[in-house]
Amino acid sequence: MGVAAAMNDFVRGVWVVAYREFLRLLRDRARFVSAFAMPLLFLVIFGAGFNRSVGPLSEDVDYIKFVYPGLIAQTVFMVSMFAGLSVVWDREFGFLRELLIAPISRSSIVFGKILGAAGIAVFQGLLMLVLAPVVGVPLSVLTVLKLAVLLIVLSVSLSSIGMALASRLRTQQGFQIFIQIFMFPAVFISGVLFPVNDVPRWLEVVSKVNPLTYGVDAVRQVFLTSQTVTVASGEPPILGIVFFSHTTTVFIDIAVLGLFGAAMFFIALWMFNRQA
Amino acid sequence: MTDSIIVDGLSKRFKNLEAVRDVSFSVKEGEVFGFLGPNGAGKTTTINVLCTLLKPSGGSAQVAGFDVVRQQTQVRRSIGLVFQDTTLDEYLTAEQNLRFHAYAYGVSRKLTNYRIEELLKLLELWDRRKQSIREYSGGMKRRLELARGLLHHPRVLFLDEPSLGLDPQARHKIWEYVLDLHRNDDTTIFMTTHYMDEAEHCDRIAVIDNGGIIALGTPEELKRKVGGDVITLKSNDKESIQKELREKYSIESELKDDAITFTVSEGDKFLPEFVRASTQPMQSISIRRPTLDDVFLKLTGHAIRDEAADAQVNLRGGKWGSRRR
Repeated sequence: MGVAAAMNDFVRGVWVVAYREFLRLLRDRARFVSAFAMPLLFLVIFGAGFNRSVGPLSEDVDYIKFVYPGLIAQTVFMVSMFAGLSVVWDREFGFLRELLIAPISRSSIVFGKILGAAGIAVFQGLLMLVLAPVVGVPLSVLTVLKLAVLLIVLSVSLSSIGMALASRLRTQQGFQIFIQIFMFPAVFISGVLFPVNDVPRWLEVVSKVNPLTYGVDAVRQVFLTSQTVTVASGEPPILGIVFFSHTTTVFIDIAVLGLFGAAMFFIALWMFNRQA
Repeated sequence: MTDSIIVDGLSKRFKNLEAVRDVSFSVKEGEVFGFLGPNGAGKTTTINVLCTLLKPSGGSAQVAGFDVVRQQTQVRRSIGLVFQDTTLDEYLTAEQNLRFHAYAYGVSRKLTNYRIEELLKLLELWDRRKQSIREYSGGMKRRLELARGLLHHPRVLFLDEPSLGLDPQARHKIWEYVLDLHRNDDTTIFMTTHYMDEAEHCDRIAVIDNGGIIALGTPEELKRKVGGDVITLKSNDKESIQKELREKYSIESELKDDAITFTVSEGDKFLPEFVRASTQPMQSISIRRPTLDDVFLKLTGHAIRDEAADAQVNLRGGKWGSRRR
C-alpha cells in the first residue's frame, strides 16, 4: 500500500468517525440543550447569588464578568469529555466493533473521536458568547477568533484525557464515576468560580497544579482584554496565575495546557492502539 | 477453484483458557461453510481471529488471499461481518448506519446509493430506511446488519450466529435472505451456529467442540457417520425385541424414554423386512433421517441442544440487564 493510499485511508477514517459524532449530536438535541443550559444555570444562580456580596473584583469586573469566561471554559471541559464517553458507549453497545473491523486504522479512530468531540465542544463554547452582551462585555472579531483557537487547545487536551481513559474502562458507569470523582473536583478548583491567587494556601496549591486552571485563566485573559482589570497594589491579580511570583500570560497558560494535552493525546493514541 | 479461507494450525490462548487449539481447515470460494458447536466451543474466537479482531497465539490464517496478521487492512476490506449481538448505532437511522459503513469502506457515492436501494428492497426494509434503529425489532436489526455486511461487496461474509435470539419466523426469514443473496453474488459465507437445522444449509460443516474440530464434511457425510436412519420402536416386550435385534441382525439398540432406539443403514428397506420376520407385538414404529443432533451426540457423547438453550436464556437475561436506562 502506497503512502498516498494510506494517507487517504487515514483521512477518510478520521472524518467518518468525527462525522458520526456530529450526526449524533444533531439527533440528540437533549445533549445539545443541556450543554448550554448547565452553564447558563450556573451563571444565573451564582451570578445573582454572589454578585452583590462579593462585590467588584476590579474597577470594571464584577463577579458575573469574572465567572462568565470561566463557565465557557467549563462548558468546553465537560463537552470534551464526551469523546471518551462516546468510546465507552460504543464499546458497550457493540458499535465499536463495527469501527474496529472497518478498513480504517486505530489511530484514525482516536483522531476522529477527538476531532468530533473537540468540534462540538468548541461550537458549544462559542455558543456561550451569545450571552456576552447580557453580561456586559463587548466582543471584537479578533477576540472571538482568539477564543476559538484557545478553545480548540482546551477541547483537544480534555478529549484526549477522556480517550486515554476510555481505552481502559469498559462501562459507562465506570466513566461516570471517574467524572464525578476526578473531573468535577478538577473543574471546581480550576478557578471557574473564584480567583485562584486569592484563596487559602492549600487550595491555591491544588488549584495551581491542576492543568485546567491554566485553561480557565487563558479564556478569562482573552475575554477580559477590553476591561480594566488592575487591582490595588499588594492585592493578588485576578488574571494570570501567580507562580513563584511570576504571573502567567495567555501564552504560558496555553503552553502549560497544550503540553499536558499533547501528553494525554499520545497516551490515548498509544493505549488505544495497544488495547483495542 | 481457489480457497477463500485457509487456516493452518491456528490456536488462540487467553490467560487461562485455550479457546482454539491447532485448528486447520480451508473454505472454497463461493462455499457456505459452517462452524457447528455449543457455546464456548471456540467458534466466535475463530471468527474474531479471521476478521483481525484478535491476534492468533499460533498458526496462520489467510482470508481472501491476505494474511490476517500482516495484511489486516486488506483483509478488512475484503470481508463483511454480522455479529452475534447488534453493532448498529441506535442513534442513527437505518440509512445513516448504511451510509456510515459505505463511507468507512470507501464505497463510491453512486455505488452506495445503488447498493442501499438494492439491499434494503431485498431485505424488505426500504420503506423503513428513515426510521431510527431504536424503533427496529430484533429481526429487522439483524436484516439491516446483513445489508450492511454486504454493502461493500465483500468476498467473504462472516455470520456469527446469524439467527441467535430471533423467533422461529425471523430465523427462517434471515436464512431465506442469506441463501438468496448467496445465489446472486456467489460470496463465500462462513457462519457459526449451534442450531443443527441451520447447519444443514451449509455446503460443508466443521463440528467444533472444546476448541478443536472433531469432524468435517458435507451434512450428508456427517450424517452417514451416524450409521444410517434412526428407528424408534415401542413395544410391551422390549427385552425380546432387543434380543432379536442383537441375534438376528447384530444391531445394538438403546432404551430411551420407554422406547427402543437404534440406527440402521437403509432403514426404509430394513423396516418392512424386520416387521414381517418379527414375532413380537409392537405398538408403534417411527423412522427418521439422522440429523446433525445425532451427529453431534455420536461424536462428542453429549447433546448440543440443552447447553445451547441454556446459554441463550443467559444471554438474553444479560442483555436485558445491561440495557441503557
